[in-house]
Amino acid sequence: MTLTFLWTDIMVWLLMVALVAWGYLISRSVQVQRQWRAIFKSSIALVSSIVLLVYLAFALVDSVHFHKAKSSEMVSLLDLAFEHRISATERTYSSPFATHEYAKSLVVKEGVSHQEYLPLKYVTGKGILKPTLIALAVGLGLSFLLIVVHIVWRKRKGWREDIPWKMAYLTLTVLMLIFTWLYLLSFDYHVLGTDKVGGDVLYQSLKSIRTGVLIGILTTLITLPLAIFLGVTAGFFRGWVDDVIQYLYTTLNSIPGVLLIAASVLLMQVIMDNNPQWFETTQERSDVRLLFLVIILGITSWTGLCRLLRAETLKISQVEFVTAAKAFGVGKFTIIRKHIIPNLMHIILISIVLDFSGLVLTEAVLSYIGVGVDPTMHSWGNMINQARLEMAREPMVWWSLFSAFVFMFVLVLAVNLFSDRIQTVLDPKNNA
Amino acid sequence: MLTYIIKRLLHAIPILIGVNLITFMLFFVVNTPDDMARSHLGAKRVTSEMIESWKADKGYDKPLFINKKAEGVEKITDTLFMQESLKLFSFNFGFSDENRNIGEDIKERMIPSLSIALPIFIISLITNISLALLLVLFRGSALDTSMMIVAVVIMSVSTLFYIIAGQLLFSKIWHLVPISGYASGWEGVKFIILPVIIGVFSGIGAGVRWYRSIFLEQINQDYVRTARAKGLSELRVLFGHVLSNGMLPILTGVVVVIPSLFMGSLIMESFFGIPGLGSYTIDAINAQDFAIVKAMVFLGAVLYIIGLILTDISYTLFDPRVKLGG
Repeated sequence: MTLTFLWTDIMVWLLMVALVAWGYLISRSVQVQRQWRAIFKSSIALVSSIVLLVYLAFALVDSVHFHKAKSSEMVSLLDLAFEHRISATERTYSSPFATHEYAKSLVVKEGVSHQEYLPLKYVTGKGILKPTLIALAVGLGLSFLLIVVHIVWRKRKGWREDIPWKMAYLTLTVLMLIFTWLYLLSFDYHVLGTDKVGGDVLYQSLKSIRTGVLIGILTTLITLPLAIFLGVTAGFFRGWVDDVIQYLYTTLNSIPGVLLIAASVLLMQVIMDNNPQWFETTQERSDVRLLFLVIILGITSWTGLCRLLRAETLKISQVEFVTAAKAFGVGKFTIIRKHIIPNLMHIILISIVLDFSGLVLTEAVLSYIGVGVDPTMHSWGNMINQARLEMAREPMVWWSLFSAFVFMFVLVLAVNLFSDRIQTVLDPKNNA
Repeated sequence: MLTYIIKRLLHAIPILIGVNLITFMLFFVVNTPDDMARSHLGAKRVTSEMIESWKADKGYDKPLFINKKAEGVEKITDTLFMQESLKLFSFNFGFSDENRNIGEDIKERMIPSLSIALPIFIISLITNISLALLLVLFRGSALDTSMMIVAVVIMSVSTLFYIIAGQLLFSKIWHLVPISGYASGWEGVKFIILPVIIGVFSGIGAGVRWYRSIFLEQINQDYVRTARAKGLSELRVLFGHVLSNGMLPILTGVVVVIPSLFMGSLIMESFFGIPGLGSYTIDAINAQDFAIVKAMVFLGAVLYIIGLILTDISYTLFDPRVKLGG
C-alpha cells in the first residue's frame, strides 16, 4: 500500500492548510473573535456547523488514497472502512434491511419451475438488537470522551458561557450514534438497500459526500481569486480598467449559465475522448473530469461576486479613511491590502457559503442533464439520474432516490441555515 | 426616448460580439474542425482526405481567424470566424446533425416552452410578493420567524425532488393529472398544471426571502415613518409606500429574466415531456449535437441582453429620478 494523491486530493488538502492558516491569522483579531462568537451564539448555527464538519470529515477521509499492492486500483480510507460492502454486490434490488431480493425470480427445482424470492448473498440475517446495543455503547462512549476532552479544554481556557455548548454536545452524540449504528449494521445488512446492479446504497451515499463537498469548496477556490482581483481592481482604479472588467463580466453573464457549463463540459468530454493516453485508470480519468468540472463551474460563476465587490470597493474608496490614506501618500497596494480587502471580508464570506449550497444542488441537475461528474463517479446526481425511472416500477423502488435526496438535503439545509446566521451577524445593514 | 433606446442597443453590440467570440472559441478553437470531423466520421483510421472532404462538405474548410492566402480585406473576411459570426447574427443557425433546420425548430418549440414558463413566472411573482408583504406586516412575530425557517427548508430541497415527488403524488397515486405530455390549446391545460405548481412551489423559498429583504429595507426609511406619523394605517403604508418604492429593486431582478422565459426550463421540460426549447437543448446535449447547443447559447445571450435593455427602459418609466440621455 502506497499513499497516492489524485489531483483533487492535492487541491482539497492545500485548501485545508490554507484555511487553517487563514483561520489562525484572523483569530488574533479581537473583532473577528467577537464576530464568530456572535455567530455561534445561535444554536441553529452551532448545530449546522457541526453537521457541516461531519460532512467535511467524510470528504477528507475519502480524499486520502492508497495504491493497492500489485494492482492499479486506488482505494481511499473510507473504502478501507467499507471494504465489506464494496465486494458485497448482490444480484439486483433489495430493500433496506431485507434478507431476500425485492422481486421474485424464476427457480427450477427438481424439474419444476416456480417463482420465489431468492435470499441475499451478503446478508447474515442476524438480529438487529445486538449491533444496536453495541452501537449505543460505542457511540455514547466516543462522544462522552470527546465531550469530556472539550469540557477540560474549556475549563483551562476559562469558562465562557455565551455559546450553547449543550446543543453542540447533543448534536455530536446524536450524529455519533447514527453513524456507529449504520456502520455496525452494515456488516450484517444492506442498511439502505441495494440498487439495480446490487450495489450497496449506503456506501454510494457516503462516497457521494466527497463529490458534493469538493464541488462546493474547490469551485470557490477558483472563483475567489478571479472575483476578488477583478472586482477590487475595477472598483479601485476605475477608468478604462473598470470598463474592460465590466464588459468582461457582462458578456460572460449574458450567456445562460447552465448552457455555458454544458457546452464547456461537452467539449471537455470530446477532448478527453480524443486523448485516452492521458489517464491510466478510470479513477484518474473521473478525477480529472471532476477537476475540469470544478474549473468550468468556477470560471462561469465568478461574475456575481465580482459585481458585488466592485460596487463595494467603489463605495469604500470614497470613505474618509481611504482618502486620508491616499493623502498621506500610502501606496495603492497597501491601501487595497489594509483598508479595502478587510472591509470586503463579510461579502466574500457570505457569498462563499451561499454559493456552496447552490453548487451542491447544481451538481445534481448537471448530472441529470448528463454534463456533471463522470458517470462512474459516486455522486448524488448520478444516483438520482440512475434511479429516476425506479419510481415508475411496480412495486416502487424508493430507497436510492430517498438516500440521495436526504444526504443532499441535510448538507444543503445545514449550509443555508449557517449562511443565514453569518449574514445576520456580518452584514452591516442588519446592525443599523 | 427613441435616442435612449438606440443608445442602449448600440451598447449591446460589443457584448454580442464578445458572446460570439466566446462561442466561437468554445466550438471551433478548443474543438477544431479536424477533431469534429474525426468524431463525426467515427472510424479510428480516418484518412486526411476524408477529413478534408467532410470539412468542405460542412463549409469548415477555411482558416480560423486569418486567411493568409487571400488578398486585402478578404484576409479577415474569408475565414471561418467571419463566416460563422455572420450566420449567427443573421439568426441563420444552419442544420442539426439530423438535418433539420434549427431556426425552424426553435420557432416551433418556443410556444410550448412559454406555456409553462409564463404561468410559472406570473404566479410566482404574485404569490411571492403577497407572501413577503404578509411576513413584513407581521415582522418579528412567530409567524415571520417560522415562515422564514420554512423558506430555508424549501430552498434546500433539490428541484429534482419536487418534480419526482410531485409526479408520484399527483399522477401515480392520486391520478389527478397525466404524468407527462403536451397538447396545444385548452386540451393542454391538464398537462401544464403540475409543472406550474412545482415550478411555483420550488421557487417560493428563495423568492419570498428576496422580496421580504427588499421590503424590510424600505420599511426602515424615513418616509415610512412620516407616513405612519400622518396616521396612515399599516396596510396603506405597506401597499402605498413600501410596495411602490420596492418596485425599483424588484424591476432590476425581474424584468431581466422576462425574455429568457422563451428558453424554457431544462429539467422541467424533460421530466414532463414538453416539446419546448429546454428539452430540445437537453436532447442536443445528450446527442452531442454542437450546432444546436451553439444556437441555444447565442439565443440565450441575445434574450438576456434584450432583458438588460428592457430593465433600463422600465427604470425610466417607473422612477422619475432617472433622466434619459445622460
